[in-house]
Amino acid sequence: MQTTTIPPEMDLVYRRPDTLTQTPMHYCPGCGHGVTHKILMEVVDELGIQEQTVGVAPVGCSVFAYNYMNVDMQEAAHGRASAVATGIKRILPDRFVFSYQGDGDLAAIGTGETIHTVNRGENILVVFINNAIYGMTGGQMAPTTLLGMVTSTTPFGRESQVMGFPLKITDLVAQLPGAYYVTRQAVHSPTAVRKAKKAFRHALEYQKLNKGTCFIEIVSNCPAGWKMTPVEANEWMEKNMFPAYPLGDLKVPK
Amino acid sequence: MIEHDQGATLMKGNEALAEAAIRAGLQGYFGYPITPQSEILEYLTAQPKGRAGVVLQAESELAAINMVFGASGAGARVMTSSSSPGISLMQEGLSYMASAQLPCLVVNVNRGGPGLGTIQPSQGDYFQATKGGGHGDYRLIVLAPSSVQEMADFVFEAFRLAEEYRNPAMILADGALGQMMEKVILPREGSLPYPPKPWATTGKPASRERNIITSLFIQPEKMEQVNLELQEKYRRLQKEVRFEAFQVEDAEILLVAFGLAARIAQKALELAREQGIRAGLLRPITLYPFPTAAIANLVPNVESLLVVEMNAGQMVEDVRLAVNGQRPVSFKGRMGGMIPTPEEVLESIVQIAERTHTEQVERS
Repeated sequence: MQTTTIPPEMDLVYRRPDTLTQTPMHYCPGCGHGVTHKILMEVVDELGIQEQTVGVAPVGCSVFAYNYMNVDMQEAAHGRASAVATGIKRILPDRFVFSYQGDGDLAAIGTGETIHTVNRGENILVVFINNAIYGMTGGQMAPTTLLGMVTSTTPFGRESQVMGFPLKITDLVAQLPGAYYVTRQAVHSPTAVRKAKKAFRHALEYQKLNKGTCFIEIVSNCPAGWKMTPVEANEWMEKNMFPAYPLGDLKVPK
Repeated sequence: MIEHDQGATLMKGNEALAEAAIRAGLQGYFGYPITPQSEILEYLTAQPKGRAGVVLQAESELAAINMVFGASGAGARVMTSSSSPGISLMQEGLSYMASAQLPCLVVNVNRGGPGLGTIQPSQGDYFQATKGGGHGDYRLIVLAPSSVQEMADFVFEAFRLAEEYRNPAMILADGALGQMMEKVILPREGSLPYPPKPWATTGKPASRERNIITSLFIQPEKMEQVNLELQEKYRRLQKEVRFEAFQVEDAEILLVAFGLAARIAQKALELAREQGIRAGLLRPITLYPFPTAAIANLVPNVESLLVVEMNAGQMVEDVRLAVNGQRPVSFKGRMGGMIPTPEEVLESIVQIAERTHTEQVERS
């Protein structure tokens, strides 16, 4: 019997791009951060812009994003990622600059920076991971925590009379003239991942046009903080988070 | 060495500082208006596009210092300026920058406090400037100008030190130095070269590993190592100490004062000399590193020391550490935006001279 050796490339269906490091991720099983990192870095790889990309990591679960993303990165103070990104982009206007922030970082302590960065129309990509909880510090209430949702600081559920309402900051920034492209995506299913990746590609392509801020919210989960299995967390997210934070484009270029 | 123009011009301290920053090769300024330093931002925004580099009015001092963080990390020569309450808001960012070893210039045109305080001149931020100011074990390089000329010259010195040591540097001025007009011979453009910054996040070429700028070192062993490196840097920094001494050779009373207070002390010194009291003056120019050794060396030759400040007595603590109990150290200060007069300082000098004389008579 005659055999032929198949070159390994012919079997290859996926290769880790050079834009992702070999470091194993510290994220909990089922968490959306890993997938989001991966597709963002795949887009950087596919567009061939690794050498021109500078990222900003926040304070929160993705504080170590720079351990996984193989691009130049800065680690910002809590809430200030978009100000740091502004500083980088203003000095290096031909680079692709993104900030990667959670809900507490972007929509609580950093609300001022978020609004003003988008209002100035900084030509950066803001990646906003909304999982309605502070994961890193152990599951406290976030500005996006749903009403009635139990967290370690709302043990009886979030009450609007005491703790206000879930902040739809993406809807807010979409109103600003400085925003060029605003979309809300998810990464919990193959279809959602494909759509989210497309959104990242659009956003980075738009950055070349100097037309304003691109803002991508990823509605995500937190199995550990929500005290659920990954499967339960995704089901709960679809049932409860998506009605509050509907997926889709909020602002697209005309 | 800084090269200067030929002729002198008459300028406000804040404006001279801003013009000097441009001539020092400023590439980015991020700031927020606050009295008595808003002229710096105004002067820079009034320049032809590109002359002052990137100039951006931020939405807050918090945003401003973090824009400085990003821009410095991107490799640019950057600065911000503010006054006391705004500088307080920047402390978190300065701690992060010190930890991430990012150079920048921060100008504090000190006003009276605490709280919202007053817009009048003060030196009440000495502790904040020289002891760290934010959280953790770190220091700023601190320069204290006492004239409009030095407001301009020290911009060059501060950028040089900040970039050489990869550490934030502060010019600690006060409302009077910022607002008053004086003759100034401006430093010449282009006399401060840009050092290479291979650590900057400018985009990762295939030829090198990615650059990461961070102040997060979660493992305590690593965090301790970073702290040891910082402390070693601060030790190396000691050789940059600068001070100025007036008539200390025969002085029996040594005045120690910085910034505007040093000018008042110098006038009081002249008045004291007219009365036959041999006073001298040591003016720290770098407040960190502090001229501890210079003061300690003078101690055996003097009878007594008098520290003059526009605060409740802050630098006096560093002077007492230098004197180490060997001589009495007195303090004369005004607070809350009040400036002591030379006559007030003279009164203190006369009292000390009389007390010293009485003690000498008693001893003999």
